[in-house]
Amino acid sequence: MQQIQDQAPPSMVKDSRMVEADEEKLIKKELAALKEQVSTPTTSLKQMRECLVRLIYCEMLGYEASFGYIHAIKLAQQGSLMEKRVGYLAVSLFLNESHELLLLLVNTVLKDLQSTNLLEVCMALTVASQLFPPDMIPAVLPLVEEKLQHSKEIIRRKAVLALYKFYLLAPNQVQHIHDKFRKALCDRDPGVMAASLHIYLLLIKENPGGYKDLTSSFVTILKQVVGGKLAVDFNYHSVPAPWLQIQLLRILRLLGKDDQITSELMYDILDESLRRAEINHNITYAILFECIQTVYTIHPKVDLLEKAAKCNGKFILSPKNNLKYLGLKALSYVIQQDMNLVLQHQMTIIECLDHPDPIIKRETLELLYRITNAQNVAVIVQKMLDYLRQSKDEYITISLVGKVAELAEKYAPTNEWFIQTMNAVFSVGGDMIPADIPNNFLRLLAEGFDDEVEDKQLRLYAVNSYLALLEKNNIHYPQRFLQVMSWVLGEYSYLKTEAKAEDIIQSLHYLLGKCSASLETKAWIFSAITKLFRLTLNVKVLPEVLQNYGNSMDSCLRQCSFELKQLVEDKEIMNTVLPLDESCNDIVVDASLSFLDGFVADALGHGAAPYKPHHQRQEERLSQEKVLNFEPYGLSFATSPQISSVTGRQSPTGLSFNSEISCNSTEAGLKDSDSLKLDGVKKVWGKEGYLRKKKESKEETVASPNSESDVTADFTSTAEKTAGLSAEEQEKKLLASSLFVGLGSNNLVSLMGKNQSTTQKFRRKSKIVEGQNSYERTMSTQKAIAPPLAQIPNLMDNVLESCNPFQESKAMLLRKTASDSAEVPTEEPAQESDEAWNSSNNLKTIRAVPSASKESISGLFADGNFDIVQPGNCNSALVAHEPNSSLSPGLPVEFAEHSHSKFELVCANENIALFSCKVWKEDCLLIVLFFTNRSSIEVTNATVNFALTDELQACESTDFPFPLVESLATVKCQLCLQMMKPCARVLLTGHVTYHLETSQQTQEEFALALFLTDFIRPLKLTTEEFGHLWLSLSNDVKQNLSFTSDSPEALTVALRTLQQELKLHIVDIIGAEGIVACQLLPSTSCLLHCRFHAGILSVWLRSGCCVLPDCLLYECQKVIQKL
Amino acid sequence: HLMQFMLLFSRQGKLRLQKWYVPLSDKEKKKITRELVQTVLARKPKMCSFLEWRDLKIVYKRYASLYFCCAIEDQDNELITLEIIHRYVELLDKYFGSVCELDIIFNFEKAYFILDEFLLGGEVQETSKKNVLKAIEQADLLQENQNEDWGSLSADDIL
Repeated sequence: MQQIQDQAPPSMVKDSRMVEADEEKLIKKELAALKEQVSTPTTSLKQMRECLVRLIYCEMLGYEASFGYIHAIKLAQQGSLMEKRVGYLAVSLFLNESHELLLLLVNTVLKDLQSTNLLEVCMALTVASQLFPPDMIPAVLPLVEEKLQHSKEIIRRKAVLALYKFYLLAPNQVQHIHDKFRKALCDRDPGVMAASLHIYLLLIKENPGGYKDLTSSFVTILKQVVGGKLAVDFNYHSVPAPWLQIQLLRILRLLGKDDQITSELMYDILDESLRRAEINHNITYAILFECIQTVYTIHPKVDLLEKAAKCNGKFILSPKNNLKYLGLKALSYVIQQDMNLVLQHQMTIIECLDHPDPIIKRETLELLYRITNAQNVAVIVQKMLDYLRQSKDEYITISLVGKVAELAEKYAPTNEWFIQTMNAVFSVGGDMIPADIPNNFLRLLAEGFDDEVEDKQLRLYAVNSYLALLEKNNIHYPQRFLQVMSWVLGEYSYLKTEAKAEDIIQSLHYLLGKCSASLETKAWIFSAITKLFRLTLNVKVLPEVLQNYGNSMDSCLRQCSFELKQLVEDKEIMNTVLPLDESCNDIVVDASLSFLDGFVADALGHGAAPYKPHHQRQEERLSQEKVLNFEPYGLSFATSPQISSVTGRQSPTGLSFNSEISCNSTEAGLKDSDSLKLDGVKKVWGKEGYLRKKKESKEETVASPNSESDVTADFTSTAEKTAGLSAEEQEKKLLASSLFVGLGSNNLVSLMGKNQSTTQKFRRKSKIVEGQNSYERTMSTQKAIAPPLAQIPNLMDNVLESCNPFQESKAMLLRKTASDSAEVPTEEPAQESDEAWNSSNNLKTIRAVPSASKESISGLFADGNFDIVQPGNCNSALVAHEPNSSLSPGLPVEFAEHSHSKFELVCANENIALFSCKVWKEDCLLIVLFFTNRSSIEVTNATVNFALTDELQACESTDFPFPLVESLATVKCQLCLQMMKPCARVLLTGHVTYHLETSQQTQEEFALALFLTDFIRPLKLTTEEFGHLWLSLSNDVKQNLSFTSDSPEALTVALRTLQQELKLHIVDIIGAEGIVACQLLPSTSCLLHCRFHAGILSVWLRSGCCVLPDCLLYECQKVIQKL
Repeated sequence: HLMQFMLLFSRQGKLRLQKWYVPLSDKEKKKITRELVQTVLARKPKMCSFLEWRDLKIVYKRYASLYFCCAIEDQDNELITLEIIHRYVELLDKYFGSVCELDIIFNFEKAYFILDEFLLGGEVQETSKKNVLKAIEQADLLQENQNEDWGSLSADDIL
């Protein structure tokens, strides 16, 4: 024990016996000491390791230890194995995937992934799958992918899981590896195979149709597992590989859903799984739970359904709470297919309703919610409300309140019940209640049903009920409830003929004076008061109201009282603006403001400037003043018609009800039906619901007692058996009969899902449709005055057009002739071709012609006149060789003017050598490959062949034959490449075959690493064009890069570096902002907006392609990091 | 089917181990931990091992003085999560030889290593007990070889 105590901080361990204050003092002291220790340069790695362990402990106790984060990264970087292990652990505990220090870990992880030490590779894989954010994935992806072929199963397994995590984070980055996943699925190691199932579960969830062919493989695997064919290691409490079984059952469920043929393949194994699970252990039940769900999801088979139902019984009847809970959960799932199962367990369900554990009660309510119908709704809703009154949990309240409201609306037996239930919902839901519940309720009241009389009764009942509630003094109602009450009283008090409007005004006024009402609620109350003044000529209260609120500190209430004064004075306007019982109809307004035409014409006649819409002014400011918008390009043109539609909805009288100071809630009060159609309002009503007549539903209710008697008969038979039970049990029986009424086999057995009861109480009229139409009408008038979208030039199209590399043009023809003549080794044609290049703006393609001309050893390249620009990340695994002095290839003169890479030896043996050189041409990446015959004899029938992956596209053929290469001669071929799918790094592989005289054919493989930056070219745009293009691009990524420099030139330095390293085009730099443009060959544009502030460079990228911004951002990060 | 996080805490409510599989801010983590520790400690012994918390399901189990507590999504299988906890306890038990709270306090980094070998990114990585422990023991072995003069840095040097 003594020895262990030396390793860990014993002083901190005492904490359990310590007073909090002492602990804090001690830990603070410890942290101060650790801070000093880690920043002392003489601290050894071993000591650092110990410090980090202590820091992890401090953080766990809740103390801040961020000063140690960088040291964790350093330890992972520099330490030997034992330190590295702690370093990585600390990093994974300290940082999350959005932490900026994580970037510093990339190189360490890369190094460790390439290590020969298994443990280092394991650590690197673990940390990459735990921490790496999407933008860092491309850096490690190729290496992780490589590990799928590793000889050790532990590495393969971790690689598969890392790829699974990558897939979750950035699915399109691992798209190309899908074939390798199949290999992992067939891996001889069960661990690797099991790991691959995580990926397959995801893939199949997204696209079940694409993997049906694998069904029999999954079935076979499951058969072997269930049959005990796996090693005993994988057993868990003598159940073979339960995790694997569960994963497979989930996969089969997805595959068999709605597919009879596929389902038939799995019936046998499901049957066996159900049979095998006889051991009474949690793990067996965990598997059974999945099995039941699978059986009830796939195409049904009666025999299996019965067995699964029997299994489910074992759960529900179990005395163990955990199993009971799971049984209820499975039952709620299963009854979507078969309601009858509930009847089998009705007494157990009743018992669960009173279970001491709230979670079991809750799951029971969930189950009841699914079996609710018009006959049992009252009992079930009562149970739910009881639960709600006891629960304090916000999440549960929100979800349950929504369910009660939904059920009440669907199945309400009477008006009174409905209003009272909703009152309970509003009271119990309090301020947690989601806005759509009151909105839906008011909409239901306002739109009414097809029966006018019924509508009025419902509204009147609501009015009566609220008046009664308001009379009770000293009761605090939640805000939303008050809002609902005031709206209803404002709208429908006129129905209560025996009440005096001034009395209602009086009590609302009293409510207004209470400080408990929020400002929003006050606005609702005020608009109700305003509406009530329609009903009365008695304005005795008015001066008091105006006096109290005319000088209110709140502008909204002041506005309301001003409007109230105007409206009371002019009854005509009042009736136009607030007509009685018209809350569902839009007020007709002149949205085009045509009555102002004369005024505008006059003003223009007097030399006033014409009106320009907001975006137009913005653009002009951008182009004229060259000032960059602080929040760039956020508004798209498409939104402007909507904006004007809001401000345009003004009353022609000049009384602004929608002025910016009056808040939404007043609008709602002021007969603005839009506020009742709030976004996100749930549509509970199907279309046919609007159309059917109320009478029909009444007939159905009359018809239903028939089925009710069936069930009661069913029930009484069970009741007889247990005759002579205690009173309490009798009570339960009674409850059961009221709960499970209407659930008999005659009623609702549907294999296709929950049967919607047709006896719904409230049926909305189709007023909403009318409302929408009128809204559309206003929209269309708005559109007429909005700028036509089509006129905005779509720059993107232009760019695409001009970048088409396959466009036949004069220049290209010229080029063809030039390259043909270039085979004659003279310099003149080469120059001519250069002119052809320069004289044309159009982009060209080059025919990849293997020219057999011997290049002179003192190539143009050798005399050093040309810039050799390395792209940002040419740290390829291939070793760059200086061209051999005797056999160095030279770059053809026409390419030498372009920037190009150094020569790289890509493959060699004693007879031949291949060198490559990348030429970064404007329209493509040109790979020039030199084939050198190093032997003393001729090489015949040589062929170079490139194999292209999906990411790349070549302009022409990828095969290059060389019939004859003389001894010590060099020939070359060129391949024009473009990147079709953006990716950080891609391998261009290929092989060369040749014969030495008459000997056997020899083949050599080679690979070249190509990078995203090889395909990035500047995109020359003006600021204005940039602005247009920016708006047309939809995929964006934003990130802050820290960049330690405070100099005023920092932004310029950063952008120049980006320009140099990544070949971007700087469009403009103004103050602290800069805009930069580039394109990925062939023609994907990407725009960058950079802003520098306080040592942070915020980079915002947009592109038409969804992956490109991510990839490019990563490159930028690397460049900025180096600064 | 990802696990969201795993917490180990004592009967006194002291956090002993925390592993987060979803990115959250430190503030949120602290808040969640505080609320959960309170809720779980308030549960009665015979109650269900599951509870609803926000939009998640919490699966917990007490072993001696330590509570093991996992958060999963609502549609996930609570029972199998309970068995994941149990398997982790078995692994700790086998590694430390009848594990107790002090083992985890003094060697919490080891407990993390074992957890990382068992679960990766919130998914079960390796279900064979033998394989998990083999991986840990191999790493330990290498570590011990370099670890001759272990303990040269005593607590007194720092405090």
